Amino acid sequence: MTAGIEAVLARAREAGLGAIAEKVAVAERLTLEDGLALYRTDAVHVVRDLANHVRERMHGDLAYFNVNQHVNYTNYCNKFCEFCSFDRLPGQEGAYLMTPEEVADKIRAHLHQPVTEVHMVAGVWPRIPYEYYLDIVRAVKRARPSIHVKAFTMVELDQIARVGRKSLRDAVEDLKAAGLGSCPGGGAEIFADRVHRAGYRLKISGEEWLACARTVHECGLRTNCTMLHGHIETIEERVDHLDRLRRLQDETGGFQTYIPLSFHPENNEWSHLPGPTALEELREIAVGRLMLDNVAHVKAYWIMLTIPVAQLALSWGADDVDGTVVEEKIYHDAGATTPEEVEREELVRWIRDAGRVPVERDTLYNVVWSADESLRVGSAAPVNG
Amino acid sequence: MSPAATDTGASLTPTAWRAPLASQVWSGPHANRLVRIAATVEDGGRISAQDALLLHEQADLGTLARLADLVRARKHPDGIVTYIVDRNINPTNVCITDCGFCAFYRRPKHEEAYVLERDVIVEKVRETDALGGRQILMQGGHHPYLKTDWWCDLIADLKRRFPRINAHALSAPELDHLSRIEKRPVEEVIRDLKEAGMGSVPGAGAEILTERVRALIAPKKTSTERWLEVHRRVHEAGLRSSATMMFGHVETAEERIEHLAGLRDLQDETGGFTAFACWNMQPEGVPEEHLYPAKTTPAVYLRVNAVARIFLDNFEHLQTSYVTQGMKMAQVSLRAGCDDFGGTMLEENVVSAAGCFHLESIQTIERTITGAGFLPRQRNTWYGIVDERHEGGPIGPQDREEGATHRAWTERVRA
Repeated sequence: MTAGIEAVLARAREAGLGAIAEKVAVAERLTLEDGLALYRTDAVHVVRDLANHVRERMHGDLAYFNVNQHVNYTNYCNKFCEFCSFDRLPGQEGAYLMTPEEVADKIRAHLHQPVTEVHMVAGVWPRIPYEYYLDIVRAVKRARPSIHVKAFTMVELDQIARVGRKSLRDAVEDLKAAGLGSCPGGGAEIFADRVHRAGYRLKISGEEWLACARTVHECGLRTNCTMLHGHIETIEERVDHLDRLRRLQDETGGFQTYIPLSFHPENNEWSHLPGPTALEELREIAVGRLMLDNVAHVKAYWIMLTIPVAQLALSWGADDVDGTVVEEKIYHDAGATTPEEVEREELVRWIRDAGRVPVERDTLYNVVWSADESLRVGSAAPVNG
Repeated sequence: MSPAATDTGASLTPTAWRAPLASQVWSGPHANRLVRIAATVEDGGRISAQDALLLHEQADLGTLARLADLVRARKHPDGIVTYIVDRNINPTNVCITDCGFCAFYRRPKHEEAYVLERDVIVEKVRETDALGGRQILMQGGHHPYLKTDWWCDLIADLKRRFPRINAHALSAPELDHLSRIEKRPVEEVIRDLKEAGMGSVPGAGAEILTERVRALIAPKKTSTERWLEVHRRVHEAGLRSSATMMFGHVETAEERIEHLAGLRDLQDETGGFTAFACWNMQPEGVPEEHLYPAKTTPAVYLRVNAVARIFLDNFEHLQTSYVTQGMKMAQVSLRAGCDDFGGTMLEENVVSAAGCFHLESIQTIERTITGAGFLPRQRNTWYGIVDERHEGGPIGPQDREEGATHRAWTERVRA
């Protein structure tokens, strides 16, 4: 534990965060006011200590990664989100829509690598037929039967059901039958209506996003959840967002991992906003860990955070750094300067340098490889509390 | 090729060190000692080299950052983080020292070897002055024929034209090189340069100050003892200097601490160092790249930086190195011991392209500092605040003479 919880408690009391620390010490749920206090305080080391305490209570020193590839099957989109640099209209320069065969080629191009997951998300375009979505999932599974297909945010699923004139439940069942394994957590942005109206009013609302996630969980699929921070939202709106995720999780238990996403300002309508700095990103990881007491994992998505911040985040509440990632496009269009992929050995090295034990997982957190030999390959990752 | 590497044919990789598992630090075999060391730091006491080594090897990153931040806050309770508007000018890349980790130098007669013309240098300083700059960092290769006269003439000319700009020039190995090629004591070289207007001395060329390491990576460069000796003479001459460390190559943890101990001892003696900065070796594209281990990861920088802040209790300032670490890591280091963002380090193509990039980079630096919860302020070489925004006007030393308040100088003046 971090220098003993007693020492952390003493420092927290000194910083006026004693009541929060006492709750953290006994794993009691934090209130919305507590969340605000964690955002407001200058005592960054106390926030870190508390989040790290929870992280170590749940996961010890284990730090997860996977070997994955990204396929962004189209950048056609009619949502015109202010923060997005990826979207194009058909016919516009750089616009593309991959055929199912082209999607399969992307998978086949990495058959020589031990990829266990494809992360497949894209723009939303109403003229893409229902069958297309089933076809691309089938094409992936044909090209690599062992791969886990983690695809379609709630925003895409809403569109898929709409174009298929089906209930969301039926659409999800069709996609499952085609080979869909789970869903990513994107498209949540900030749930508050004020921000939704100002930034992405054509996209499904916060409540619609949550309703979709509820249905997907009820269909037996796990999903991730996210929050896009560092643009025009207030800390009250962030706490509200975390609270809504926490309440749905109480209901369904379907979220595996929470991933705070940093707004990147290049090449989009909100380029005048600066985006969050490193310490703000680390605090976001910490507050997420402390508020979302019912979500097992918190991910420091290195593609977006950069390697230094992701590495340090393993001591700020995160227990996962995402994967080796092949061909990421969305954040790179928004100015991310991180490499598009990283060698597995490199990832292992920086996890170890952070004082953690690297564990390769599959999408559903079963152990694929572990530096800690007591963890059996194929077993479920141990989570306490 | 470094002799040792050539002899054995082996790479320069040191024995592997592995970070302690963070959750087990406070229940592990070193817990009691770590508790005691942390208490010493919290009480404002000095820690020994052995303690620093244990912190470096066995403490978790969170604790190191917290303790270093505590030391920083004690020294700088005003919450100010400084930086200096300056420019890096390398008058020559000609060098006869052949360090295998250096990608900058060229041997004499190499087709890319250069010595900048006077008017080129003057123009660079003019641009710096126009942008409100306070310093030029002027260092370069160990040129076999450029002697003290050449440097004195240059510095005097620049001081005459741009009195506000300090010449932060000629690191210890360069001063030593001048003394060697002119076969006279380094004190005389320093005296002449000071008379010409040199205002302070940069801390470069320290690398790792142990003879084993220097024999491997920089066998022709100034020795440990001599590097420290040159700084001692600089301080005695009434000048201030900074100190650095380049880690992440062939050195062991013990050698990192030995380096810091050498600096702390000299600082106890003279008080002449203004600041310390460290960075990891950047092995891409250096002549002996194949001999060096992979670049250390950011967590190691944070660790070394924090240990330095905790151990170097007689150094007022720690600079972060955003040029090598990037803005994100530099910002995090402001909560792990650093209180200074270093220089803006304008490069020639950048400035001549249009002053606007410079302004943007200043904005980025300020936003990074503000985002960490600090107040950004511009300083001069002696860490006097020169920022017009500062309430109550400039504070601290405003020139070389006001900067010379350190022990080695005041004792000499008294004598």
